[in-house]
Amino acid sequence: MELDVSLSGDTATVTVAGSRIDAAAAIGFKEAMRAAVPAGSRRVLLDLGQVAFIDSSGLGAIVSVMKSLGDGQRMELASLQPNVDRVFRLTRMDTVFVIHDRVQDAAPGHAG
Amino acid sequence: MPAEPGMGRVATVSAPRPGPDPFSTEFTASALAVRQALTGFADWIAPLDLDEVETGAAELVLAEALNNVVEHAYRDAGAGPVMLHCSFGQGGLSVLIRDRGVPMPSMRVPLADLADGQRSPVDLREGGYGWFIIRDLARDIGYERRGAENTLTFRIAIGRTLWAG
Repeated sequence: MELDVSLSGDTATVTVAGSRIDAAAAIGFKEAMRAAVPAGSRRVLLDLGQVAFIDSSGLGAIVSVMKSLGDGQRMELASLQPNVDRVFRLTRMDTVFVIHDRVQDAAPGHAG
Repeated sequence: MPAEPGMGRVATVSAPRPGPDPFSTEFTASALAVRQALTGFADWIAPLDLDEVETGAAELVLAEALNNVVEHAYRDAGAGPVMLHCSFGQGGLSVLIRDRGVPMPSMRVPLADLADGQRSPVDLREGGYGWFIIRDLARDIGYERRGAENTLTFRIAIGRTLWAG
């Protein structure tokens, strides 16, 4: 799975360049994330703006990546499309992750 | 089928619209084959012009149910056949999924709960959300084991105003 990474201060913004994080993509997503996230980033902002569909396997993959982050690293999410947002709400993951409406809302200084 | 000019319109207004032809597909269980089946389902449902969120709910429930077949029914048995059948009626979208894998645990559809005490990130589990999602979005969930076959049926209350039949 293709990921685009941009660094700004202590934030690594990781943009998922694909429309699905489903069961067929989950393992590839986890591997790509582990390779993409710089160890020195204190905040990992996952931009899901291009993702139209996620299932529980994709959700599990995001949880797995979050749990594998080092001490002092945290993951936040941005730009959830409606069908992605629903999966996070149904499973109460919206209470676990900080979720920003837009990537620009999560810029340093705006972080929740 | 192209309508005869000037003939189709009155009939369309006065007669209840029949639902679209059902959607059926059969495939060998794998995550990629599930994705392809969902693409076929999306192509089938797209012309009905349902709300994106309704369509997304149906696609999500189908994904969870079909992924369960791949990951559980055929986990140890090796990949086998999966049949998916979808049709519209008065109750919305009716779905039937059939496979020849192992039966559900205790011969019934799993209960699903979001476990308490998993709200700290350390305790957060990485799986087990599938049945929770299905139970939340689907209605009239039925399961039958007959011979070597599992049959799961459920209904998703979408498109009910469009299809009366």
